[in-house]
Amino acid sequence: MIATPQLAHFASPLPPLQLACGAVLQQYDLAYESYGTLNADKSNAVLICHALNASHHVAGTYEGQAESEGWWDSMIGPGKSVDTNQFFVIGVNNLGSCFGSTGPLSIDLETGKPYGADFPLVTVEDWVDSQARLLDFLGIDTLAAVMGGSLGGMQALSWSIRYPQRVQHVVVIAAAPNLSAQNIAFNEVARQAIMTDPDFHDGNYARKNTVPKNGLAVARMVGHITYISDDQMETKFGRGLREGKKFSFAPEFQIESYLRYQGEKFSQYYDANTYLRVTKALDYFDPAADCGGDLAKALSPAVAKFLIISFTTDWRFSPARSREMVKALLDDKKNVTYVEVDAPHGHDAFLLNNAQYHAVIKTYFTRQILSSNRTAQEVAA
Amino acid sequence: MITRADFAAIASWIPEGARVLDLGCGDGALLAYLSQARGVSGYGIENDEASIIQCIENGVNVIQVNLESGMAEIADQSFDIVILSQTLQAMKRTEAVVAEMLRVGGEAIVTFPNFGYWKHRTQIALGGRMPVSEDLPYQWYDTPNVHLFTIADFEAFCAARNYRVLNRSVFTNGVEQPFLPNLLGTLALYRFTGRA
Repeated sequence: MIATPQLAHFASPLPPLQLACGAVLQQYDLAYESYGTLNADKSNAVLICHALNASHHVAGTYEGQAESEGWWDSMIGPGKSVDTNQFFVIGVNNLGSCFGSTGPLSIDLETGKPYGADFPLVTVEDWVDSQARLLDFLGIDTLAAVMGGSLGGMQALSWSIRYPQRVQHVVVIAAAPNLSAQNIAFNEVARQAIMTDPDFHDGNYARKNTVPKNGLAVARMVGHITYISDDQMETKFGRGLREGKKFSFAPEFQIESYLRYQGEKFSQYYDANTYLRVTKALDYFDPAADCGGDLAKALSPAVAKFLIISFTTDWRFSPARSREMVKALLDDKKNVTYVEVDAPHGHDAFLLNNAQYHAVIKTYFTRQILSSNRTAQEVAA
Repeated sequence: MITRADFAAIASWIPEGARVLDLGCGDGALLAYLSQARGVSGYGIENDEASIIQCIENGVNVIQVNLESGMAEIADQSFDIVILSQTLQAMKRTEAVVAEMLRVGGEAIVTFPNFGYWKHRTQIALGGRMPVSEDLPYQWYDTPNVHLFTIADFEAFCAARNYRVLNRSVFTNGVEQPFLPNLLGTLALYRFTGRA
């Protein structure tokens, strides 16, 4: 399947986008991709929300680039668990990101310079609002489903609250209704690594033609530690050494070398200002906070059916956090299915192939989303 | 359309549109039947991977929970009826599970194979071996049934805890059995409550 990135431009006469922080974006672009065909009554659209470092390139490959698979290509495509022969799947790059949508690296038309540190802080709710505008742009009123893992799952959850009438099924994978103090702590370590890098220049590094690469790499290393389970790290790396002890600080242990490689790779393609903003959006997300901490109350506007999935060894967003959402939905008498997938990989499991996980998604999309769609069409006919 | 006699008996005890929780719901067939026959809003609890897929296939809300570790997600008295179909004999913490059922629901429906069925009695009394039958198809060493009990045992269990039995139905191989239930019945169905 060949993917083609596209750009949606939002500007006057549309009202400007009011962000939670108070800032207003007069105009902005959203990069997106779509796969499959929108049916005649526009009832088969599925929106995929991305997590921390991903993008609108969800599935397929780019023309002439063999190894350019989208980040959820194992899940989404023709005949796959989310079948693009049946569904019209949309991937969108979030506002403030660095893969095509307007973000800190974009040129601020008012100053003619990159936004840099001036790009406002964005929230999960801002993303959801901008995604709803993308649907307007595409002429889609109602989503058959919105689906996401991790931070993407938070956006899916937020969809059910902010646009209850526009989404029929909400699939929340390896997510949480808010971050724990421990989670915020990891994010703060990552941010400090970036902000204390001498090349950070208070966020205006682009104007100085530099990049806080080292800070960004350390931030990614911290993240990676939390995405893998202790057991999995032991299995994959253990105490293995690359070439024996050398009594040096070069990367000697396999795990050191792995983390450094991941950090280095990340620092070449990701933007530091985006990282700061995305982690902050994670930290702020807490829909229950507006309802006195009562998640059931926060979710009460939802009319969608929910599929919640967690992974047994995920300690970044543990099954207990998913069960909080399940409990709130049960208290609200909402339709909810909850699956706790037995997987050894930790948080990363949501991006990997796991037979039970994929069978759950495939069965849910085929039997519950597609058939309820068909029934609705028959009723309408 | 499923025509299992025990499903129909359970359906006859459930008011239209009730909120129903089915513990150990298997493939979700009972819930699918009840939502069609009685318009219930139902949820199943299951911990078996293949059964969970079948529930999703059957369009049933299913929550993956290990019943033995309790149902903390489910609020007190949040269901009208809690069903435990042919599972009680396989639970380790029998008493606690029944207490949990009456915590989260107003009424409970329990179905179980009757160990007091005469063929089971003769297999033990005359054959000297643990019974193996259609309703108890396992050998002693591979059975998931760790707490086998009879209709009389269950009635004593309820009486000792002041659980009020609201309905009872007994079947012999799928046919309602009105006579000598503890001797002639293979499957028992009870609806009971902890309320006065």
